[in-house]
Amino acid sequence: MLTDRKKWFLKGLKDGIPIMLGYFAVSIALGISARNAGMTAPQATIASALIMASAGQYIGFTLIAAGASYLEVVVMEAIANARYLLMSTALSQKVDPALPLRHRLLMGLWITDEIFGVSVSVEGRLNPFYNYGMAAVATPGWALGTLVGVVLGNALPARVVSALSVGLFGMFMSIFVPPMRKNRVIAMLVAVSFAASYAMNALSLFDGISSGMKIIILTVAISLGAALLFPVKGEGAHGA
Amino acid sequence: MGHSVYLYILGMWAVSYLIRVLPLTLIRREITNKTIRSFLYYVPYVTLAVMTFPAILSATQSPISGALALVAGLALSWFGGSLFQVSVACCAIVFVAEFFIK
Repeated sequence: MLTDRKKWFLKGLKDGIPIMLGYFAVSIALGISARNAGMTAPQATIASALIMASAGQYIGFTLIAAGASYLEVVVMEAIANARYLLMSTALSQKVDPALPLRHRLLMGLWITDEIFGVSVSVEGRLNPFYNYGMAAVATPGWALGTLVGVVLGNALPARVVSALSVGLFGMFMSIFVPPMRKNRVIAMLVAVSFAASYAMNALSLFDGISSGMKIIILTVAISLGAALLFPVKGEGAHGA
Repeated sequence: MGHSVYLYILGMWAVSYLIRVLPLTLIRREITNKTIRSFLYYVPYVTLAVMTFPAILSATQSPISGALALVAGLALSWFGGSLFQVSVACCAIVFVAEFFIK
């Protein structure tokens, strides 16, 4: 059991490296927005280390700058991060049902789009130490990038930030593409997701909806449609 | 600002953590409903696909370098590239492409 934990933790550290690089790049922009909101470097860095949510923090910083009430900030934070409810539910089915509470409480700290995406796609049951390994490298990347953003602002070469920021998408593709080869339904779902996501971003009708909300609407609608049309048989459902 | 920034941060953290931890701690058994199980099975693929496109096109300085990274990432993943390889390849392609494209 101990060696199993170690194995998963080390694998998490390794798979966390691309997450760290991507986070570093993306959070520089977040740091710049924090600076524009009048936050200090320690405030922005602490916020990033704790909250680990791009859209959520961005909205929060904007509202803080506008002098919004605590209640407004908390409500907007809940809306921007509502997709984590779905991810947490999916993870609840992926871990051993006997997993102790303390591990569930710890895992919950680091449910981000990327850590979720990688951890939910492992073969069979998810060992929480995989998440801890990823979080151990990804969190410093997110916090340090924010710090750099506050301190350096726009002084970094744009091409470097640009290159680093696609790393996260590369990671996503390496997760959702391989199952497309084996499973036609997933292949079709990815195509539908691309098209629907493109349409929702291109049509001005949806301009008033935040990007986090668009992700939730599309995810729920497309996954629910697929579940009704192509129910998964037997064991497949948690072997994702 | 009449409010403490650290209190804002604490509030943002608390509500984010509750959202992340409640399903994981409250749902302790396997869900047997076939539709819910199927829904949860499809969620990761759909959500990752939705987050990737078209966002990748606007993450870079030019949509062309983003598109190149998209095509390369899809192809490399299809032919068995690992998470780390695909991710680094996408970064490298954008870095090189933006020498030529602005």
